[in-house]
Amino acid sequence: MSLLITGGRLIDPANGMDGKKDLYIDAKGFVASVGKAPAGFKAVRTIDAAGKIVCPGLVDLRARLREPGLEYKATIESETRAAVAAGITTLCCPPDTHPVIDTPAMAQMLQSRAWRFGLAFIHPLGALTRGLEGKLLADMESLDEAGCVGFTNAFTPVSDTQVLRRAFEYAATLDLTVFLHAEDPWLKGTGCVHEGEVSTRLGLPGIPEAAETVAVARDLALIEQTGCRAHFCGLSSARAITMVAEAQKRGLPVSADATAHHLHLTEHDIGDFDTQCHVRPPLRSKKDREALRRALKNSVLGAICSDHQPHEPDAKLAPFAQSEPGISALETLLPLTLKLVDENVLGLSEAIALLTLKPAQILGIEAGQLGVGATADVCIFDPKQAWTLTEDQIVSRGHNTPFLGNEFRGRVTHTLVGGKVVFER
Amino acid sequence: MTDNLQFDAQGRLRHLLTLEGLSRRTLVEILDAAESFIAVGEREIKKVPLLRGQTVVNLFFEPSTRTRTTFEIAAKRLSADVINLNVSASSTSKGETLLDTVRNLEAMHTDLFVVRHNESGAAHLIARHVPAHVHIINAGDGRHAHPTQGLLDAFTVRRHKGDVGKLTVAIVGDILHSRVARSEIHALTTLGAREVRVIAPKTLLPVAVEKLGVTPYTDMAEGLKDVDVVMMLRLQRERMAGAHIPSEQEYFNLYGLTPEKLAHARKDAIVMHPGPMNRGLDIDSAVADGPQSVILPQVTYGIAVRMAVMALILGGGPDAGRRA
Repeated sequence: MSLLITGGRLIDPANGMDGKKDLYIDAKGFVASVGKAPAGFKAVRTIDAAGKIVCPGLVDLRARLREPGLEYKATIESETRAAVAAGITTLCCPPDTHPVIDTPAMAQMLQSRAWRFGLAFIHPLGALTRGLEGKLLADMESLDEAGCVGFTNAFTPVSDTQVLRRAFEYAATLDLTVFLHAEDPWLKGTGCVHEGEVSTRLGLPGIPEAAETVAVARDLALIEQTGCRAHFCGLSSARAITMVAEAQKRGLPVSADATAHHLHLTEHDIGDFDTQCHVRPPLRSKKDREALRRALKNSVLGAICSDHQPHEPDAKLAPFAQSEPGISALETLLPLTLKLVDENVLGLSEAIALLTLKPAQILGIEAGQLGVGATADVCIFDPKQAWTLTEDQIVSRGHNTPFLGNEFRGRVTHTLVGGKVVFER
Repeated sequence: MTDNLQFDAQGRLRHLLTLEGLSRRTLVEILDAAESFIAVGEREIKKVPLLRGQTVVNLFFEPSTRTRTTFEIAAKRLSADVINLNVSASSTSKGETLLDTVRNLEAMHTDLFVVRHNESGAAHLIARHVPAHVHIINAGDGRHAHPTQGLLDAFTVRRHKGDVGKLTVAIVGDILHSRVARSEIHALTTLGAREVRVIAPKTLLPVAVEKLGVTPYTDMAEGLKDVDVVMMLRLQRERMAGAHIPSEQEYFNLYGLTPEKLAHARKDAIVMHPGPMNRGLDIDSAVADGPQSVILPQVTYGIAVRMAVMALILGGGPDAGRRA
């Protein structure tokens, strides 16, 4: 079905585009033209985007869909539905499912399940080590063939440095990207919040900043030695940002992202044991949050991601340390990023690049842009529409978010995947 | 920064979860009420009909003898019906959540739960999920708070040393893991103590502890210099395994309260300990049983303070029952 999106402000950072331009999408789901109608183009449907912003569908570097293994929390169907309701058309999912994504069959299964529902695309991250056990390397080449866009040990960083070095060397051999969750397991210990004012006040075991910096330092040393391309997931501390910036300056092939919630919340938002603010890595100090924000501006951080972790209600109805970490965050990814624009942290076009082009580049995939010939994954949002996040509007199966009751400006009205309207409001 | 969970719409104390955020007036009100309940304990008939017909459940997820017993005695002296439930951690791990346990007991028309749990925030969690007519007293949650202990310690200080505002107090020992220390700090700073010091090795001092309004010391001689009150804490023996201290001997040498170290304090300083004491680890017997010790009176006051808190939360002061 050929489609015309007319009257909107088209923002496509990949092509340096920011202006009022119509977008023509052909019947096969590709961008046929930008601005000018191609010869003989007949739109079967026209979407009036006057007053709205038209941008590439968002690319989320990290979202847990809970399938397979934890379907009582969420499923591929429920979460890809939530994704498109939030303008997200491409999702990257970590391998810590049950079973772990360490075989080509698992990687293919995830993608074909997503394909069946026809909502967002899923790109799996493969396990770096078999079973995420940190001992034997996973079959990276076959996993790569099966569609894995990178490799990671997720929340169980490899502690044996020799194994990690070999994993980096092997990944570098095949020109693959390794995704790292920088957390020293011993310094983290039983910690569940940032070690600082709030951990002291609430008597909760803390996770010192050094849990992150020690891991970043170790990983950077091995990246330098092996030449492996690496991406740090969800950095939380100012010092880690400084270390990564310095490494980038020296030319090491490293990138990093921050989650949308770390760009807004601090340890103080935990208040009196609000388990919705129990996240990993922990929310840190105001100073850390400001450093993360600056790092977006000067491109040390290459992406904002949701780090979506949907939970059933009981997962959060426990004493803080026993509650499960994570936020159901797909549906606040764009609103929280637009809030950074409102707060003058980022320009609108920069903000959109951090949700589209740049994460796609980190993954090495051809998403996040709307040049002629590109797959028409499109997000259309009304930047002025004010709305309040309430539980009944959450599409995700997980309702666990500290942002309930928050007012946002900017709301997705249409989402297209492969030229097909998969969501409209 | 605390929410208003502890107060009802009229600003009355509904739960006692932490001393943080309570006004000086509320603390003084509780301590004054406790004074009058001391007299009840000294009568031949140690009972007032204040809470007749009310049901108090002591819900202990962590073993305790002293605290549970004093709460039990306090509730009985107020004529409440008391039930003690020791729920082992294993039974909650068998699938029944903490809130399930509470909801089951709530269905039995409990008016007040006295809760102890090994996780910080457990009492807040429960308080957030009980109906309006059910009250919670936190009898210790993880490392977070033990408000009635903080109150009884403040009561002891006031009774033996007078105006808290003129006093320098040192809290010694495992501050990092201590809910008692946190509650003592809130009580003393709210009552306007001249200075509150905490003394411990760096491994047992929480980061940013000065944000709680205290001055940290790592040396006993310096920290105890000219203090009016020494509050000792119990050191859990498992701290060696966490690499917090090398050995009991070394800890006692550096931080155990001996007559020599106590000599740095003012001559009329009092010595307190929340119990149970580790003699020869936290404190030398010569000090624990010495003339400056008020450790046993602390236990007696604990009953009066807990009566005062229960009476305040469930309605009425010490005379309310007589008028009824």
